[in-house]
Amino acid sequence: MKEKGKGGFGKNVYRRPESLVDVKTHFCPGCHHGIAHKILAETIDRFCLREKTVGVACVGCSVFLYDYIDVDVAEAPHGRAPAVATGVKRAQPDRFVFTYQGDGDLAAIGTSEVIHAANRGENITVIFVNNTTYGMTGGQMAPTTMLGQKTSTSPYGRDFRKDGYPIKMAELLATLEGTAYSARVATSTPAQIRKAKEAVRKAFDMQIKEMGFSIVEFLSTCPTNWGMKPIDAQKRVLGEMSEYFPLGVYKERKQADFL
Amino acid sequence: MQSNQAAGKSIAKEPTGRIEIDFERCKACELCVFACPKGCIEIGAKINRQGYAAAFFARPEDCTGCAICAETCPDVCIEVWR
Amino acid sequence: MSRGAAVIHRTLMKGNEAICAGAIAAGCRFYYGYPITPQNDIPEYMSAHLPRIGGTFLQAESEVATINFILGTSASGRRVMTSSSGPGISLMQEGLSYMAGSELPAVVVNISRSGPGLGGIAPSQGDYFQAVKCGGHGGYRMPVLAPHSVQEMYSLTMLAFDLADKYRNPAMILGDAIVGQMKEPYEQTPYVSSVPAEKPWALTGCAGRPRQHLKSLYLKDNAIEVHNWKLHGKYRRMEEDEVRFENYRLDGARIAIVAFGTAARVSKTAIQWARDEGIAVGMLRPITLYPFPETQVDEVARKVDVVLVIEMNTGQMLQDVKMSTPCHDKIRFLGKPCAMPTPEEIHGEIRRLAGKAE
Repeated sequence: MKEKGKGGFGKNVYRRPESLVDVKTHFCPGCHHGIAHKILAETIDRFCLREKTVGVACVGCSVFLYDYIDVDVAEAPHGRAPAVATGVKRAQPDRFVFTYQGDGDLAAIGTSEVIHAANRGENITVIFVNNTTYGMTGGQMAPTTMLGQKTSTSPYGRDFRKDGYPIKMAELLATLEGTAYSARVATSTPAQIRKAKEAVRKAFDMQIKEMGFSIVEFLSTCPTNWGMKPIDAQKRVLGEMSEYFPLGVYKERKQADFL
Repeated sequence: MQSNQAAGKSIAKEPTGRIEIDFERCKACELCVFACPKGCIEIGAKINRQGYAAAFFARPEDCTGCAICAETCPDVCIEVWR
Repeated sequence: MSRGAAVIHRTLMKGNEAICAGAIAAGCRFYYGYPITPQNDIPEYMSAHLPRIGGTFLQAESEVATINFILGTSASGRRVMTSSSGPGISLMQEGLSYMAGSELPAVVVNISRSGPGLGGIAPSQGDYFQAVKCGGHGGYRMPVLAPHSVQEMYSLTMLAFDLADKYRNPAMILGDAIVGQMKEPYEQTPYVSSVPAEKPWALTGCAGRPRQHLKSLYLKDNAIEVHNWKLHGKYRRMEEDEVRFENYRLDGARIAIVAFGTAARVSKTAIQWARDEGIAVGMLRPITLYPFPETQVDEVARKVDVVLVIEMNTGQMLQDVKMSTPCHDKIRFLGKPCAMPTPEEIHGEIRRLAGKAE
């Protein structure tokens, strides 16, 4: 069975991407971080960037990026990954530089850093994983938490009169002149995964072509902190989350047409 | 939930693909179970070292090697051949 | 500084500009910063000079972003500097803690102003605690150098880069508005590196080697304890090897002033006046505030009758002086928060302590 494929099937059509380290992840069952990691690693492989990439990990479940993606990684303080990435990219413009950030990191404490990195047209790529909660610290309310969503710090549900509204980062960043590419994707169906891969490829391509700042927002799940089975968590993404956070490409620069 | 009972029933049609699920790495999230268009994957009764009742390739005879299960698996437990 | 055949240029410059000249001489090609008085000459100088020599100047949206630009460029293995003043340095404390934890070198200049809060733009030494005891979380140390002349603004900046690289740790220049804004001639001594240029730990992409990381998170078992003992070892080595100080007219002194930076500079004038009157007074001037010249302070304190600590605050270094010697009964303090003591004030205090009538 082992030799020449499996059970007579010679062509391996899916295996672990080369840039994805062969270890068990710390992610909870059904967490979509794993899917985002796979897509990231596949895209690094596709562009043959493994040996010229510097990643920047942020604070949250996403921090262990350096255990899973087989590239050089710097760890940033909470929310500061786009600023650290700026420092790396300015020093090494010929390296591929990305950040991988959660929604608490990017959309709350790090809003200033990501907005200004985008506005400078910083030639970096941001992978932004939005699961509407602070996963690692135990499911507190995030700026992306849906109205009415119960979390450990919004036990009666998020109320817009008190906490405002879930923030739409892909749309917000698309308004900035320096942003070359901004898209929101999900990974809850095979078709969505295909589109997510395409978006990450585009975002990478923007950096390679020096077009400016690129960001892909992933609508992700947090079954543990949502108190849902993984399949129900996926249904939530397909339902209320995608309704409020519409999937799509919000900005795509065609050429380096800086004003 | 038992495995190859369906095998006998499966008619003449030959499988066009094959998957292998890493028993120890699986976290039993069931996303592959729901994703497989042919229903080839099930959650098993055996518990792995992580403490999860890992998924297993229950109906190999129906597999088309479409790789949707592998694309879906967040833990990269599935390899696919066609 | 090695002289050899090299021509040494004597230049008239502002203290803040001399810092820039020292940084550029030491090979720093990256500067990031955010405007704040009284250090704006530094970003202005760098924004004009760095692009001409292939360097990078970038103005950040905040000091929080600044220190993280610094972190990223340092992680890339390049020499990098920022400067700010009290309120901005406060915002950098988070980043400094991460850099100390991740063992990343950089030079941070604090041309300090009055505080607390927005305070004022008058010169002050009120940031001593924040600089020397390290204002970020978790417990770490960094070399702190206190220039008292334009010459030292230049040469101590070069030294700060070497210390930062040698120990893979941030290093700080602690100045104030007076040493930053005053102009005086100084010698542009050539930079002679005392550390290897290679930084094999830098993140440059993992071509031909396994991937590597720069991080400060250690969760497994007792990894963070092990990491802290390693950092502690570095601080001990700094304390053993990097103490720098100046003995000024301490021969036969009965009164010893201990002062740094601008306060030390003003004290020199007062000491000259007092010596002219036959009063045996001198000064021990710490150049490194961390590591603090503890042994030297103790030696001097044991020899003299009075130790007069002079600061532009209400007594911060005073605590380190007291920690250095058991001769507490000899210690006196003259301090002014957020203002420069005049030579007359210091001279008057020396005379009083020497038993001379006013």
